[in-house]
Amino acid sequence: MTLSRRQILLLLPAAVVAWDFVLAGTPEEAPNYKMTDHWWGMLLDITKCIGCGSCVRACSMENEVPDGYFRTWVERYHVDDWHIENPRVDSPDGGKEGFPTNGMTGGKNFFVPKLCNHCSDSPCTQVCPVGATFHTADGVVLIDYNYCLGCRYCIQACPYGCRFFHPDRHTAEKCTLCYHRISKGLTTACCEACPTGARQLADLKNPKDPIHAFLKTHAVQVLKPHLATGAKVFYNGLDGSVR
Amino acid sequence: MEGFMYPNEVELQWSVLIVLYPFLTGLVAGAFILASLERVFRVEAVKPTYRLALLTALAFLIVAPLPLQLHLGHPERSLEMYLTPHRASAMAMFGFVYLWYLMAVLLSEIWLDYRRDIVLMAQSSTGLKRVMYRALTLGSTNISAGALRVDDRAGWFITLIGIPSAFMLHGYVGFIFGSVKANPWWSTPLMPVVFLFSAMVSGIALVLLMYMITSAIRRRAIDMNCLDTIANYLFYTFVIDFSLEMLDLIHRIYEADESFRSLDFMVHSRLFLSQIVLQIFVGTLTPLMLLALTQLVQFSEQVRKRIYAAAAILTMIGIFAMRWNVVIGGQLFSKSFLGYTTYKMGFVTKEGMLPAIILVILPFAILYVLIKILPPWQEETAAMIQAEGID
Repeated sequence: MTLSRRQILLLLPAAVVAWDFVLAGTPEEAPNYKMTDHWWGMLLDITKCIGCGSCVRACSMENEVPDGYFRTWVERYHVDDWHIENPRVDSPDGGKEGFPTNGMTGGKNFFVPKLCNHCSDSPCTQVCPVGATFHTADGVVLIDYNYCLGCRYCIQACPYGCRFFHPDRHTAEKCTLCYHRISKGLTTACCEACPTGARQLADLKNPKDPIHAFLKTHAVQVLKPHLATGAKVFYNGLDGSVR
Repeated sequence: MEGFMYPNEVELQWSVLIVLYPFLTGLVAGAFILASLERVFRVEAVKPTYRLALLTALAFLIVAPLPLQLHLGHPERSLEMYLTPHRASAMAMFGFVYLWYLMAVLLSEIWLDYRRDIVLMAQSSTGLKRVMYRALTLGSTNISAGALRVDDRAGWFITLIGIPSAFMLHGYVGFIFGSVKANPWWSTPLMPVVFLFSAMVSGIALVLLMYMITSAIRRRAIDMNCLDTIANYLFYTFVIDFSLEMLDLIHRIYEADESFRSLDFMVHSRLFLSQIVLQIFVGTLTPLMLLALTQLVQFSEQVRKRIYAAAAILTMIGIFAMRWNVVIGGQLFSKSFLGYTTYKMGFVTKEGMLPAIILVILPFAILYVLIKILPPWQEETAAMIQAEGID
């Protein structure tokens, strides 16, 4: 069979698509993962966080987060005596390279890691005009990058500042709770990199998950509880000054 | 940047284009409501501006979605909002409210009101012009007295639906901001009401200005009864608008919740010029005092005209400043209430000052074309028809 130039020109785009598919490889399978068996959240133990920034670096590498934007970051709080309404807070480059000494004395210093709270009543998914950001059946808030209009209403609606506008993709962007990892039985990049165990991925539907014992025996809190977003990132040792 | 902001907050998300959007839709809603005064409430005094107000509303409504389109990260996907709307989203309803208002209300009303003129112009013109007017008749060429009565009744009914629709169009814009609980600068149930009244204020001011300008260009005397009546309506709606805004302000100051210190600092620093000086003093109190003065003192026509023109221009500046303060102001402070950022507007950028200027000029260009095609001046149409000996 001989192919004419015309036939080759017609076949070329199809071949490009096919080659792209070959290059992408077979997607990893997760045959034993059943979405409805899980309800994901995270436990952050402020008393254990040393502000090393490993989590921020790990997240940045794992998820190719563009410079200057953060899917997770760490804040350093300094509170003088009783002035809990006026904490001094900093987060140089999201705490990615740790924190230089700030010379603050005469009060308390502590670190607060932040990430998307994967709220069950999330204001961000509510406002999306096309439903491009949504809840998965296992309790994770995700974004469909092929569907997002880039209107940025969700960024405005997030009370925690967890979303940003991806400078190259031109869509909203945020923490996915390393969905590509947790759905294959792994933990998130940030939890894996944390040297003190301050970050623990938690499956709230799994009765054997240690989070249940922890929640029953510790005073835990979510961020901005008055906004009733159903946040699923729980903080142990959260100071009243934290916003 | 000053103080502490969540690291992702440093960049402002909604630019000057999003300031333009409520400004433009506000002018549409306001102009339409003024037009409906004549139609539904039989305020005969404002009749000279009826058609002009409708065309002004249409010109601005055509441009209103353009800043949004330009702002999107993926404008090519904007149609998804119509095809797969997310019903929980206030923004998703934009497309439907917009289409309803454009197609069902404004275009129908203009068409019904102009149908007789369009038919007559189709008969009296030649060449391409004739083709255009014949197309505009949509095949409906019956202009008997009975048919015109039906037009009039249908027009009245559409205006009746149009008033709540105009309220919805702009009230909903306010709701987009007012329903964001994450942002205390926006989150207030008063927001849709404030937006609505400020829309009426700006729309009335615009029509007043357009009437004065078009009369000057056409070298026709201004109907002072009409101008006085419009100025009165401007004054009354402005009083309501200002009272609502003050209610919001006093409520915030008195309640002084967790966000108050942060917002208060912002008003005294970054928003001082645009809020205190431009919006409140220059754009609200000054025009209010000017308009109040014309109620108290009997000025000559010439002085009244000047006062009205000055008040209308200042009003437009004030309402634009109000939109600016809502949209940009709402993004200058951190949701941690611990810091502030600044807004740097580009010039020749996708969301810079140049596209914004073009988008403000564009409706006037469209209005010029609309006026050429559908002259809103009743006496000219009558003269033309008489010359043709048709009527």
